Amino acid sequence: MKRPANGSAIQIRPAEPADLGQVIAIDAEVTGLEKTDYWYEVFHRYGAARTRQRLFLVAEVAGSVEGFVVGEVRDWEFGSPPCGWVFGIDVRPGSRLGGVGTRLLEALCDGFRHAGVDTVRTLVARENGLVLSFFRSQGMMAAGVIALEKSLE
Amino acid sequence: MKLQKGTSLALYSTLEFAANPGRSVSAAEIAAKYGVSIHHLSKVLAELARAGLLDSVRGVGGGYRFSGNAKRVTLMDVIELFEPVGEPPGEAPHNEVEAAFSEVLSEIDETARATFRSITIETMLKLIERRRRGGEETASRPALEMEGK
Repeated sequence: MKRPANGSAIQIRPAEPADLGQVIAIDAEVTGLEKTDYWYEVFHRYGAARTRQRLFLVAEVAGSVEGFVVGEVRDWEFGSPPCGWVFGIDVRPGSRLGGVGTRLLEALCDGFRHAGVDTVRTLVARENGLVLSFFRSQGMMAAGVIALEKSLE
Repeated sequence: MKLQKGTSLALYSTLEFAANPGRSVSAAEIAAKYGVSIHHLSKVLAELARAGLLDSVRGVGGGYRFSGNAKRVTLMDVIELFEPVGEPPGEAPHNEVEAAFSEVLSEIDETARATFRSITIETMLKLIERRRRGGEETASRPALEMEGK
């Protein structure tokens, strides 16, 4: 089992209701916003109602949740054949560079493969260099799609 | 997108050195591999050394050695030493046509900058290794286009 820098083993497992407090805390530490309702809703859709196509995984190290990932297989989304989408991934800042994010993404990709898809995709803000670099380091390249938006004001 | 010849050389050289951490590589070795003059390459390597990415090694078997952090140094860090990437035009657009084109070009520049910023030297080495394993590397010539300055 791969171990982070502090030597403890990383265990990847489905999120449980008891993990939500730590998930919310990690997200708040990373983004500066505490989104309690949002994460309960995400858990309701991806954790509690878990299917082969919806995954909400956490990385546990020495009894503490150090990271999480949320993803889903979507069929014909934006006209593309079924593929896995990574909606969110976060690692506690103090646990980075220890392989936690890599293990989470690998586990999610294994889940996607098990669901029968061979492509994984995500969206990242151009300004989010840290997360962009992480996905690049995992071998992800620019997809053949362009994200577009328009102000409605 | 095209990079200037010196910029491309700087990127190839950085990758050559980073792929052989701890080993001193001579300018002649890299110049021969990429078919460029030692004179031109020496200027590029001196700039990389000034930026702290290379250490100069003197004596027999001398040359340069990678001294950066491959996990932290990005393609943008190297490119910016040699040329601006998508800098806004010096003068303001004269009319709405120029302004609209400028907006589209800015969009492309933003994407280019984000891409260069997100790819570290280590990630690039993994990409090269993957291509090598996949047998997609057809020649020792660099894949990026080089444009004379």
